[in-house]
Amino acid sequence: MVIIEARDIRKVYGNLEVLHDVDLSVEEGEILGLIGPSGSGKSTLLRILDLIEPPSGGELSVFGTDTVAERSRWLDLRRRMGMLFQRPIVFNASVYDNVAMGLRYRGVSGSDIDRKVKEALDAVGLSRYIKSRATDLSGGEQQRVALSRVLVTDPEILFLDEPTANLDPGSTATIERIVADLNREAGMTVLISTHDLAQGQRLAHRIAVMIEGTVAQAGSPHAVFHEPGSRKIAGFVGVQNIIPGRIVSRQGGLTTVAAKDRRIISATPSPADEVFVVIRGEDISLHRREPGYEEAENLFPARVTAIESMAPFVNVTVDCGCDLVVLMPARRAEALEIHVGMEVWVSLPAKVVHLVPQNGP
Amino acid sequence: MNGNPIVEGFIEAIRLIVSLDPQVVEITIRSLYVSLTATFFAALIALPLGALIYFYEFRGKHAVVSTLQTLYALPTVIVGLVMFLLLSNIGPFGFLRLLYTPGGMIVTQTVLIIPLLMGLTVSALSGIDRDKRYTITALGASRLQTIVTIIVESRFAVMSSVLLGFGRAISEVGTVMIIGGNIRGATRVLTTAIALNTSMANYSVSIALGIILLAVALGVNIALSLVQRR
Repeated sequence: MVIIEARDIRKVYGNLEVLHDVDLSVEEGEILGLIGPSGSGKSTLLRILDLIEPPSGGELSVFGTDTVAERSRWLDLRRRMGMLFQRPIVFNASVYDNVAMGLRYRGVSGSDIDRKVKEALDAVGLSRYIKSRATDLSGGEQQRVALSRVLVTDPEILFLDEPTANLDPGSTATIERIVADLNREAGMTVLISTHDLAQGQRLAHRIAVMIEGTVAQAGSPHAVFHEPGSRKIAGFVGVQNIIPGRIVSRQGGLTTVAAKDRRIISATPSPADEVFVVIRGEDISLHRREPGYEEAENLFPARVTAIESMAPFVNVTVDCGCDLVVLMPARRAEALEIHVGMEVWVSLPAKVVHLVPQNGP
Repeated sequence: MNGNPIVEGFIEAIRLIVSLDPQVVEITIRSLYVSLTATFFAALIALPLGALIYFYEFRGKHAVVSTLQTLYALPTVIVGLVMFLLLSNIGPFGFLRLLYTPGGMIVTQTVLIIPLLMGLTVSALSGIDRDKRYTITALGASRLQTIVTIIVESRFAVMSSVLLGFGRAISEVGTVMIIGGNIRGATRVLTTAIALNTSMANYSVSIALGIILLAVALGVNIALSLVQRR
């Protein structure tokens, strides 16, 4: 069931257009990761979906309610959702009073508040600070206070705006674990924005990529990371090889592309004549000598031109008529005794060679 | 003993304070009474008005806030002059017979520090940043609950502004001189008594009252720094 449906959402601050043409639907019970560069509009979109501020235009339905037509129901709808922000926000009061805020706004009785607050602080491991002033805690502890403040209100939809951007790995792991558990056990719908691509892949069932104020692509993590829809998306999701080329032939479901002095075979139906060849570095295999048996459609002799450490990996750049960057474990590069100037072979199956149009978005 | 008049004055001042000289005590109590009452009424009026300015969007809001900030530096003698004209027999409020009474001094000091308290209340509330307001909204606060939360959250900054207002009221001399008239036993306060006794070369009383005024100001500042540390 669709729990949030946004169409043509637009948001303008003064002369600045922050969001335009945003279409997004969220299924009940899924974790949707919102990724994109800083300033692409992720936080603004989350605030609009959480009904913290109204869009300048477009349609938005939450829990099946048309929010544009029914402004009077915003408070009720908002009280069924919760949001955790990037910067830990605590109020100048005790940890207990901080966590109780949302319940007090909802008019929950004192004894219920007492029980729920204690449970929530237990769950994030902060029971011993219940009487402390929240502003005296560390950043990670404050963020856990903020998380329990949201969770005691039992939101049906949880929004997380880069919740771990400023946190140490321990606090990050705690928050990720709680979010994953809540989704699995309570069926909570989660929207999480992050610029940490690994976190997006770890947590999300589906990923939406925001580029320059709009959702440029939404799909499975595999689709977004391996079959990005445009050059900009490919660049953002960290694809090492984005090479301009042109289509020379198509036959039997395979497309041949000329990239500089090398012809590369791709399983992608050609989207245009002028394309970018998009290949993730980890999808390319590097061999010391010509493999005796190789299933991959593309097998080229090459020469190593550069090695760049990305501990615990290395980026090995080879020239095979065009430049290709191969991502491999540092230990494996050592074992193969890779060095600059070395003659090697690279192979890559046609299905890892993705094509996007050059004059696309 | 033919010592230095300043040193003698100082010794005599200490004696006046320690022996709780009736004149010194009376002036001190009146000073505190006038300025504390004025601060109380000013806060009663300025805090809600400041909150109103902060929470409601209206045309010219920016101009209002700038005007308030300009009025922080309003010369006290100008306020004294204007209030004198309003309260004197030829003015519209002459019938209240407040001129040369502690009541008139309270009204005038209230008027004097209202802009300061309003302006500082607006800045105190503005100290609640955007993310905190988003958090309050996201937690499901109604409009009224939002206002209450923001006021409670900025309580220490609001308290500092009230203390600053009191500090300005008790230390100013212009309005209390013009409106009160420095009448012995009726409207004489610390600042006007110091001015008078100094010009009469009555240094010991001046120094004694000066020490008390400094102590009050110091007390306000200590309270202020305690509040701001929260």
